[in-house]
Amino acid sequence: MDEAESGAGCLVTVRDLVFRRGDRKIFDGVNLDFPRGKITAIMGPSGTGKTTLLRLIGGQLRPDSGEILVDGQNVHALGNRDLYGLRKRMGMLFQSGALLTDLNVFENVAFPMREHTRLPESMIRILVLMKLQAVGLRGARNLMPAELSGGMARRVALARAIALDPMMIMYDEPFSGQDPISMGVLVKLIHELNDSLGLTSIVVSHDVHETNTIADKIYILSEGKVVGEGTPGSLTRSTSERVQQFMTGAPDGPEHFHYEAPDYSEDLLI
Amino acid sequence: MQHSKMVTTLVGFFVSLGIGGLFFLAMQVSNLGSFDNTEGYILKARFENIGGLKSRSPVTLSGVRIGRISAILYDTEAYQAVVEMRISSDYEHTLPEDTSASIYTSGLLGEQYIGLEPGGSDAFLKDGDEIEFTQSALVLEEIIGKFLFSKADEVKPE
Amino acid sequence: MFQRLGEATLNSFEKLGRGSCFLWFTLGGIFDVAARPGLLIAQIYSVGVLTVMLITVSGMFVGMVLGLQGYTILSDFGAEETLGVMVAASLVRELGPVVSALLFAGRAGSALTAEIGLMKATEQLSGMEMMAVDPVKRIVAPRFFAGVVSMPLLAAIFSTVGILGGHLVGVGMLGVDDGAFWSQMQATLDYRDDILNGVVKSLVFGFVISWIAVFEGYDSLPTSEGVSRATTRTVVHSAFAVLVLDFLLTALMFGDF
Repeated sequence: MDEAESGAGCLVTVRDLVFRRGDRKIFDGVNLDFPRGKITAIMGPSGTGKTTLLRLIGGQLRPDSGEILVDGQNVHALGNRDLYGLRKRMGMLFQSGALLTDLNVFENVAFPMREHTRLPESMIRILVLMKLQAVGLRGARNLMPAELSGGMARRVALARAIALDPMMIMYDEPFSGQDPISMGVLVKLIHELNDSLGLTSIVVSHDVHETNTIADKIYILSEGKVVGEGTPGSLTRSTSERVQQFMTGAPDGPEHFHYEAPDYSEDLLI
Repeated sequence: MQHSKMVTTLVGFFVSLGIGGLFFLAMQVSNLGSFDNTEGYILKARFENIGGLKSRSPVTLSGVRIGRISAILYDTEAYQAVVEMRISSDYEHTLPEDTSASIYTSGLLGEQYIGLEPGGSDAFLKDGDEIEFTQSALVLEEIIGKFLFSKADEVKPE
Repeated sequence: MFQRLGEATLNSFEKLGRGSCFLWFTLGGIFDVAARPGLLIAQIYSVGVLTVMLITVSGMFVGMVLGLQGYTILSDFGAEETLGVMVAASLVRELGPVVSALLFAGRAGSALTAEIGLMKATEQLSGMEMMAVDPVKRIVAPRFFAGVVSMPLLAAIFSTVGILGGHLVGVGMLGVDDGAFWSQMQATLDYRDDILNGVVKSLVFGFVISWIAVFEGYDSLPTSEGVSRATTRTVVHSAFAVLVLDFLLTALMFGDF
């Protein structure tokens, strides 16, 4: 780990994170650093708690031990008011988009502004149109969320996430279930927004190819631990079996093809 | 904006409909509209037995309701029930001093009420006055009892 | 067997505790609702206004049935004039608050649960939290208070329409004297004992139904099955609560003990 990444250069740091769900340890002593102004990706097989990690950073879940610092503040030591203050500076893009279904596209993007600011209507209109222009959906402002395709819904959600000009955005599986074109659009958007707005981005994904093209740094999680970290280039050359299995998509390896079960022949004979 | 204005209007309509309903219930259905609790003047009357008379029972004059009972007390020295009734001020200075009060039952099983009968005096009852001539409630058991005893007396000599 | 019974008991206590905490936070949202009456008005529309039609038609028919049934019984005793009393007393004291509460639970309560449950299932509530908007204050509280406000109004509409329905059948069709119908009613029903107690009842019902509805929605499992179960629970629990509370309130208010 080089000097710049461990200290003040990091917007989010995760230290010795332990999180249990029932008896299962989702995270078991995880350490992560998210450098400012960069795109950091968290990858790993489904069910390794990637989304849970984002909820932990956002303060929606509480870790069993360990701490998470966002911009120097310990998220889980904050009072409700401070936590809400911090969240205003975080954007999160949910897998489903999580658009408010009773409001149209324009109102969805305007929602955080109306809730947190007292801007005049004319100003809100200008800001919303700017955000929509950035994701290329200025023309769709009067549509209802039900009329949008999955990719469009995610772009609207992205416009909403940047509505208050946050310092960071967390993307939850931005590429899953998208056709190649909208995938390309999202890749481009994440990259552009990160560079033009000076954001810090955290991308959770299991799409190896797309993630490789945009991430500055990648962590690979498996069974509650970090099994690999580095730049996309260094990871593809990694000698670790787990990392290789994930990066190449091999069906069997350290991550077993079979769910844990008694011996096959014994199971059949009984 | 157009849409929300219609919503607001409909909500306003709904609220006024509901409050209108409450008003209807209060004024038209219940006794609130017909008689105010604080208006009028108080008269008292003493009875040996008030039967099933209750607070808020009606007070009538020739069958017209002119007030209702405001309180029922018990005088421990005279061993009598004291009934306070509030009479509408429309009937102030119209009830002669020798008015009599009786307790009646509306119908065979109905509720009990006080019926007033005006006398012939020239002086009128004032606020706080007491009606002297009273007739207690007829208690059904007593009447039946009396009837049976008198029948028994008739039978005995034979 | 006993262990399972004990577990179920503990679970229901736990749920009641969670529900009470939730109610506390919802009540705390009253300041946010007061600051933004627009949200409350929009919810009174979907909870109250959209239920008016159902309440009106049901109230009409309940009143008409009361008029018809009451007439056949009362005419046996030659007491048709007291039809107004019978119709009004049963509507104002019992049927108005109770039947409208049951209809309210079926129409508005279930809709509230389904709406909040679906918002949870589609991560809208979670998304709101991440936008630093408290969903309890922004989504739950306006719906809850809209329910509390709407219920007494709906019950009043129900009773009013019901009495008019009874009048239509009794006076209009069966020939009861119009004056006797109203005057007997006015002489017997008391403003405080009957009307106000009816309003108190419907307020309590509105409070409990709205509480159950928003809590079940917020507490539902975020799946389609979870939401459908929560909706069913809202209707069943609300109906049950209304009937039990009705007995308790009646004993408290009309009982002489």
